[in-house]
Amino acid sequence: MTARVELWLYLAQRLSAMVLAPLVLGHLITMVYAIQGGLTAAEILGRTQGSIFWTAFYGLFVAAAAVHGAIGLRSIVREMTPWHGASLNAAAAGFCLLVLVLGFRAVGAVT
Amino acid sequence: METGKGDGGALIVEVWRGREEGFFQTYSVPHQEKQTILDVVSYIQRRLDATVSYRFACRIGMCGSCAMMVNGAPRWTCRTHASKVAKGGKLRLAPLRNLPVIKDLAADMTVFFDKWQKAGGSFVPSQPGSQEFAVVAPDSKERKAASAGIECIGCAVCYSACDVVAWNPDYLGPAQLNRAWTLVNDVRDGDRNGHLAAVAVDAGCHACHSHQNCTVYCPKSLNPTASIAGLKRATVLAALKGEI
Amino acid sequence: MNHALATRNHPTYWAFLLHRISGLGLAIFLPLHLYVLSLALEEAALDAFLRWTDVPLVKAAETALVILLAAHMAGGLRLLALEFLPWRDWQKTLIAVAAAVAVGAGLIFLMRAI
Repeated sequence: MTARVELWLYLAQRLSAMVLAPLVLGHLITMVYAIQGGLTAAEILGRTQGSIFWTAFYGLFVAAAAVHGAIGLRSIVREMTPWHGASLNAAAAGFCLLVLVLGFRAVGAVT
Repeated sequence: METGKGDGGALIVEVWRGREEGFFQTYSVPHQEKQTILDVVSYIQRRLDATVSYRFACRIGMCGSCAMMVNGAPRWTCRTHASKVAKGGKLRLAPLRNLPVIKDLAADMTVFFDKWQKAGGSFVPSQPGSQEFAVVAPDSKERKAASAGIECIGCAVCYSACDVVAWNPDYLGPAQLNRAWTLVNDVRDGDRNGHLAAVAVDAGCHACHSHQNCTVYCPKSLNPTASIAGLKRATVLAALKGEI
Repeated sequence: MNHALATRNHPTYWAFLLHRISGLGLAIFLPLHLYVLSLALEEAALDAFLRWTDVPLVKAAETALVILLAAHMAGGLRLLALEFLPWRDWQKTLIAVAAAVAVGAGLIFLMRAI
């Protein structure tokens, strides 16, 4: 029984995409609303600070985006450059980790 | 000289000579109405330069042997009219992309058929020795799915059109995956999971990005992208159930 | 032997190109975006940054990002439909709709931002 890595990466990519779709929609709508009359830190924090909803919303967003972006970048590099193999997989995992760390830090900062 | 109207003007035809390394040699071919690219190449080889190598067989759009790159697109030369593709009376002919070159316009199909086997493109009998006909309802979902892809004659036009093949030398290829899908849908086949396992590999069906170059260029109007989408669904389902 | 390929000149390939390029752009942008947001740990720092962004060039870049995001999502939804729903031949319509939605989203953002 082989590891079927590509199949599971494919599935993770599609599943994270399904999670991201409604979140992205919500984010876009929120942004259009938020930038009316200019954008200030106070306004952003007023909406997000202490909110369970926004914590969950952006927490999930960060997790899904980290997975989705890492797998996507790995595909692009594998196909368009000579780089492949374990070192590329490690780099992709590194990107995922970077987004998770920066993302949860940002979520913590605004909620 | 402006041609393309079958007015007896000349076509300027650049023909690839050599193997992977080589050059384009230019010939002047009188243009006639309803002339196909096969007519053009045959004229060159018979009247101008007997050393040009190319392939054809049936010359009526049934065998796929005459496939080559015509002005950057993979086509059957016997079914391509010169007037349709020769912009400004110029033609550039090259061997099929993504395949090694034997000589001039003849590409080496070995790897194409090796991948066919690798993708599990052979029927696995389920009841050898049975005296009964297998009963397959013509309007069943599986039969319709198989019928949609079964007319493939292995001409490699889709394989040449495919960018994933160009970027990933291990990619099984659209024709190969299309054939696998028809077998997955063949209810007489004895190893559906084996077929799914063969395509659920690195550089298998999940490497397809749905560019649809294959679908656009298939001379038989088949849709390998749709077949591959079917394989993606079937393999994921089978993997989740632990069958592959 | 490399010559220009006619094979890429059709709508589903352009859809792929847009999807890949927008994905790449977003992947590059995302870590920066998250870093900036974490400046909110200090409200004054975020405000300073936001004031800095209140110029036309940045507004244009933001609009571009919104279009990239909307385009990538619309293209992605098209792919999900293609792969998980039974095949239909109205693909080209889907592409057009996806493109329109993406551009529309970007325009709405632009109208609000300026």
